[in-house]
Amino acid sequence: MAVLVILESEAGQIRQASRSAVAAASKHGEIDVLIAGDEAAAQAAAKLPGVRTVLHAPGKEISEGLAEPLASLIVASATAYDHIVSASTAAGKNIMPRVAALLDVQIIPDVVAVVDSDTFVRPIYAGNALATVCSSDAKKVLTIRSTAFEPVPAEGGSAAIVPMPAAPASDASRIVSVTVAQSERPELDTARIVVSGGRGLKGSEAFHDVLEPLADRLGAAVGASRAAVDEGYAPNDLQVGQTGKIVAPELYLAVGISGAIQHLAGMKDSKIIVAINKDAEAPIFQVADYGLVGDLFEVIPQLTAAL
Amino acid sequence: MKILVPVKRVVDFNIKVRVKSDGTGAETAGLKMSMNPFDEIAVEEAVRLKEKGVATEVIAVSIGEPKAQDTLRTAMAMGADRGILITTETSPEPLAVAKLLQVIVGRENPDLIILGKQAIDDDMNATGQMLAGLLGRPQATFASKIEIADGRAEVSREIDGGVETISIALPAIVTADLRLNEPRYASLPNIMKAKKKPLETIDAASLPVDIKPRLTVVSVVEPSERKPGVKVASVAELVEKLRNEAKVI
Repeated sequence: MAVLVILESEAGQIRQASRSAVAAASKHGEIDVLIAGDEAAAQAAAKLPGVRTVLHAPGKEISEGLAEPLASLIVASATAYDHIVSASTAAGKNIMPRVAALLDVQIIPDVVAVVDSDTFVRPIYAGNALATVCSSDAKKVLTIRSTAFEPVPAEGGSAAIVPMPAAPASDASRIVSVTVAQSERPELDTARIVVSGGRGLKGSEAFHDVLEPLADRLGAAVGASRAAVDEGYAPNDLQVGQTGKIVAPELYLAVGISGAIQHLAGMKDSKIIVAINKDAEAPIFQVADYGLVGDLFEVIPQLTAAL
Repeated sequence: MKILVPVKRVVDFNIKVRVKSDGTGAETAGLKMSMNPFDEIAVEEAVRLKEKGVATEVIAVSIGEPKAQDTLRTAMAMGADRGILITTETSPEPLAVAKLLQVIVGRENPDLIILGKQAIDDDMNATGQMLAGLLGRPQATFASKIEIADGRAEVSREIDGGVETISIALPAIVTADLRLNEPRYASLPNIMKAKKKPLETIDAASLPVDIKPRLTVVSVVEPSERKPGVKVASVAELVEKLRNEAKVI
């Protein structure tokens, strides 16, 4: 019994979501990890506690993370494993269903609990129901929701690194450009505190001038509702919800967010939820531990000053 | 250029689904059903490509109970030229859906297949990627922009830290994200016209595809409810509660 965990790295560090995937996988036996990236990424993977072997795919092409070569590489390595696991990140969601199809396996996405080696719990209907499903496939291909599993530490192990053969070059798919927002703030999906803004902010100026000072005072990540992203107040990668990022911080402040079920699906597992909205009837108050009815343009600067 | 758009009939996005009291699934009887919102975006994109003269034909395909033909009529009212309904007794899993679609792709040879990135009922986010894998074709998931030129699609994709643009060789599979477009409402004349567009029905049992589920649903339960919260009267009270009661700041 062995598990293969597909890791992602950023600037030579293993992403926290991937470390949560290792934690979820640790229930299934010996853990090997596969990482595409530079030598520093492989070294970081080798330090994860509990990892037996690092399968390292070096080279620029494979490190770009395109689904086709990476899925082929994972499938070629799959024989020795009963479970193939990644985090439910944008990359994991892109690649793992393709891997599952190539192995003739039904993928089990967004796992929030592991019952046994065949049985897993996952949310459906925007988190309004939790389904426990048992797989009859010989191999299981899973993505795990990182907020549901405490990540393993970044250090403590010393796994062997085994280089993987290079993927054959292909022109079927290639990267044209990548635009990644640079931010000094913590990452949205792993931040201890998240300050999210909705349609009530009325514009991107208020995101900068009203919401961000509060986030910076708290050392928080900034999030947004779908409405705010659709209106162009905030970039897409800040969207919290059923189809955006799933977050579960210790403190979630929902500012000017009405609380559509699709938004609640992305944040209702937060430990403490604060809602600030001028509409006392807004559904967000039903999930909030602390609600404050008021004009955010008055309340948020006061709150920022009071902290 | 031919575009295939698979569409799914799901519980309307405005409805909060409840769990059946016997824990076997979600209660969907009698609820308003609609086209999966991401599939509407996929149909809209395909129709726009036809209106721009890039595509010549848009074919909508749905898999499920006979009532899924309503969803196909909606797609045709938005501008799809014809519909294909594959009837099944139960709602198949994404792997089985991808295998059924593979048969249709073999028959129709579309240059582009656009799907919604995720169905809002099972939240699997898998069918497009699985179809691409089965067909051995390139994929561009979570698309916010599609440009077609010289036998390739240039697709902007929503990724964790921002946006990535990739170029994929056609034929290919694209899955639609929220920001790709804003779907149109079908006009009454177009709804009437859609009733006359061709709709072919195929029984899944007549196709050489094993659609037996791989996953058995053991139970479906409601998530634990949050404890009711309190309203605070002022910023000072909020700060006091966060510091001394919740101890999170």
